[in-house]
Amino acid sequence: MDQINRSRRQILIAGATLSGALVMGVPAIRFANAEIAEGTGGERQIGFFVEIGRDGRVVIGSNQPEIGQGVRTALPMLVAEELDVEWSNVSIRQMPLGIVKTADGYTWKYGGQGVGGSTGLTSNWDFMREVGATARHQLIRAAAARLNVPAESCRTRPGYVLCDATGGEIAYGDLIEDAARLEIPEEVPPLKAMRDYRIVGTRRNTVDARDLVTGKAKYGLDTAQPDMRYAVIARSPTLNGKPRSFDDTAARKVDGVLDVFEIQGPAPGDPYIILASGVAIVATSTWAAIKGREALVVDWDAGPNAGDSSDKFWQQNEAMLESTGQVVTDDGDFETAMGSADTIVERRYQVPFVSHQPMEPQNCYAHVTNEHCHVIAPTQTPSGASRAAAAVTGLPRENIRVDMTRVGGGFGRRLSNDYVAEATMISKQSGLPIQLVWTRDDDVRNDFYRPGGLHEIRAGVDGEGAVTAWTQRLASGSKHYRRPNVLDENLWKAELYPDDFPRRFVDNFRLEYFHNTIGLPRGSWRAPAHTANAFVIQSFLDELAHETGQDPLQLRLQLLGEARELEYSGHGGPTFNPGRLTKLLKFIAERIEYNKKREPGRGIGIAAHFTFGGYAAHAMEVSVRADGEFRIERIVAAIDCGLAVHPNAVEAQLQGATVDGISTALGQEITVQDGQVQQSNFHDYPLARIGNIPGVFEAHILPYDDTPTGVGEIGIPPVAPALTNAIFAASGVRIRRLPIGDQLKEAMAG
Amino acid sequence: MIAFTVNGQRVEFDGATDTPLLWVLRDHLRLTGTKFSCGLGLCGACIVHVDGRAAVSCRVPVQSLSGRTVTTIEGLAGSEGNLHAVQQAWLEHDVAQCGYCQSGQVMATVDFLDRYPQPTDADIDANMSSVLCRCGTYVRIRKAIHRAAEIARAEGNHGSD
Repeated sequence: MDQINRSRRQILIAGATLSGALVMGVPAIRFANAEIAEGTGGERQIGFFVEIGRDGRVVIGSNQPEIGQGVRTALPMLVAEELDVEWSNVSIRQMPLGIVKTADGYTWKYGGQGVGGSTGLTSNWDFMREVGATARHQLIRAAAARLNVPAESCRTRPGYVLCDATGGEIAYGDLIEDAARLEIPEEVPPLKAMRDYRIVGTRRNTVDARDLVTGKAKYGLDTAQPDMRYAVIARSPTLNGKPRSFDDTAARKVDGVLDVFEIQGPAPGDPYIILASGVAIVATSTWAAIKGREALVVDWDAGPNAGDSSDKFWQQNEAMLESTGQVVTDDGDFETAMGSADTIVERRYQVPFVSHQPMEPQNCYAHVTNEHCHVIAPTQTPSGASRAAAAVTGLPRENIRVDMTRVGGGFGRRLSNDYVAEATMISKQSGLPIQLVWTRDDDVRNDFYRPGGLHEIRAGVDGEGAVTAWTQRLASGSKHYRRPNVLDENLWKAELYPDDFPRRFVDNFRLEYFHNTIGLPRGSWRAPAHTANAFVIQSFLDELAHETGQDPLQLRLQLLGEARELEYSGHGGPTFNPGRLTKLLKFIAERIEYNKKREPGRGIGIAAHFTFGGYAAHAMEVSVRADGEFRIERIVAAIDCGLAVHPNAVEAQLQGATVDGISTALGQEITVQDGQVQQSNFHDYPLARIGNIPGVFEAHILPYDDTPTGVGEIGIPPVAPALTNAIFAASGVRIRRLPIGDQLKEAMAG
Repeated sequence: MIAFTVNGQRVEFDGATDTPLLWVLRDHLRLTGTKFSCGLGLCGACIVHVDGRAAVSCRVPVQSLSGRTVTTIEGLAGSEGNLHAVQQAWLEHDVAQCGYCQSGQVMATVDFLDRYPQPTDADIDANMSSVLCRCGTYVRIRKAIHRAAEIARAEGNHGSD
């Protein structure tokens, strides 16, 4: 922590720009050398967190990638709160990646940059408030010096320093020159108490809302650079295939095609730099590149995965569960407890591979020259983009500039920078500044998929209905497949999270893992394995309740018990308080009138989960017709994310995550046959549509304490089980395999 | 050479005649508010108006546009920057998350409200289900559509355009 704090202090150096604005950010020596580097779209880009103009206008730098989660609004809200300015006077400027070479590697220039694991806000919560408070303190000190009073006798109102002793007040804009000359003290000034917040916790519009409805917002694909060319890649239809040879005669005849060449992927089984080898087509327009690709004839070597299929994968999973796997958690005495149980319930659940499919396909601008590389990318991890470009070009990272655009959806896909590596390869080889464009079928067939797995849960219940023994056994393709430096015995860690419910709520508890494989690349998909585990556990709880004559809500409440802080070593720790889940469950049950008798064909399902520091619960009301057609009639969702800094975005994330959960539950599955991904676009990899989502949809934020937790992912894990539990309540049909697809229709017909 | 009108301006295109309108707008006219997403007319992110009706621009070859009129998201607001009723409603409900599909959502809604000035939820389900949003902003889209209809009616009552 000490080291991080020191680097924060180094970041926060104040000064003045040539135009006379007070700036706070990168070391002052940079200020004199012009307003820093040129930026995306030809705009000047300045690595400052705060810039206050003579007119009192405030520009706040956003150092994080905006993927739709609202971080470009939420983080500046923290700065503006502590700086004490009117929000209406604030505008936002995107900062590029900032890294500085040190004796033993690289360190951050503008604080850590990257959004994943629901940490965009929480990891900047202290830092951004300190930036604002420090800037405000400089202004106070400048005013005090001018009025010849102690700084302690001054305070602020939005945009002004007030001095009670003299009765005077000075606008921030009149203090900037004085403030710029003051050294920043080592000590961080005191931060506001929650009761004094005027901006944090209030409902604010997204800062870019107007640009978003007028077409002005710029995404990666909207990048325009001088002499920029366009590139696409012909990709192997088979996982890990590669070009044996290609005939580009026809492709080169397409008007606008400039160059065609092979790019080299990693050897199958090695860690990914890019996904696989392919043939790049460079052209003067996107359409010419796409047509060039259509005209290209490639003889593909199908490679080692040509025999892979989903059918085989699922059969292997079934067979594995008949044996004994790697026992990774073993609390109490599971076998003895199971032996003395009155009732034993055992079920299997299947969770498919799924794909990310952000609406903006992968793309990246790269310009590689002998000495430098410029990357403009929609990425969740700009530092990973810098490393990818360095690995491809061999250039030192300080010679690689990474600019971040607005990102047309992340969902974990853009934690991987394979498309940045591809773009730099193409620019390096062609010598041209290029924009690499993935088409939708590229994106569906070449993803880092959420792993699929077959889960078995077996539980023992005593005569009073108490759960005395529980085991979850999982055969899956681990997300950590082909990751560097992961031992085989640790592959399970990406799929089973021992600190999650219901371990420690059931005394005799065992987790068992079987690693299966298939050639599909794997990666982090919003709330990674929580989506699978919550579906399985929250479905099984329902089944257990019905099998033992208990109410599903009451069984959950009994298991969770009293509010208390449990140690939690996974993401979102260090503690997990089941009482916060209890509160949410009771709340949603009341809102949806859980105990009200429903007409036949209607039912309520509930589910709750904790992850990434946040808590969420869903209740759904579903109607099922005799032919198996079903409809979600009503949704009640609730989140506890501690202090909701930007409640408008918290609500939006809860709404969106719910829709995301419905999308995946209804129809999304990636399958493989003969080593080839069978899906290619939204017709066979469907997203939920507006008609799938009821108008009666409540999204509630239940406040807790004064510190924010993660928001982006917790909204999704309870969704699928709430839906399938509701389907069971309405129809008596239990869905144990996702996606739901036509299973209900088939069951009702049969 | 193909001549047509985009946002009130006459444009001429002399590239490949099968080039989809989407890429003419994006690569050649640098009107990047219209988005590429699926390329097969399955998602609606690239919706523009051709002669006043919604069209997926990734499926409209430029050769079909001779003499026709195209409006994109950049041309929707009035000449003095007055936002269209749909854009106003979108702002009021702060619909967008990542925002990538929202140009298409807005353009589709303008056409939809022209045909269904007082839409029911069932009308929305039936007509707006072809425009996809990966972030799941549908809850707010539904509210914003109803609100836009209200704003449009109020503007109509005041005799403004």
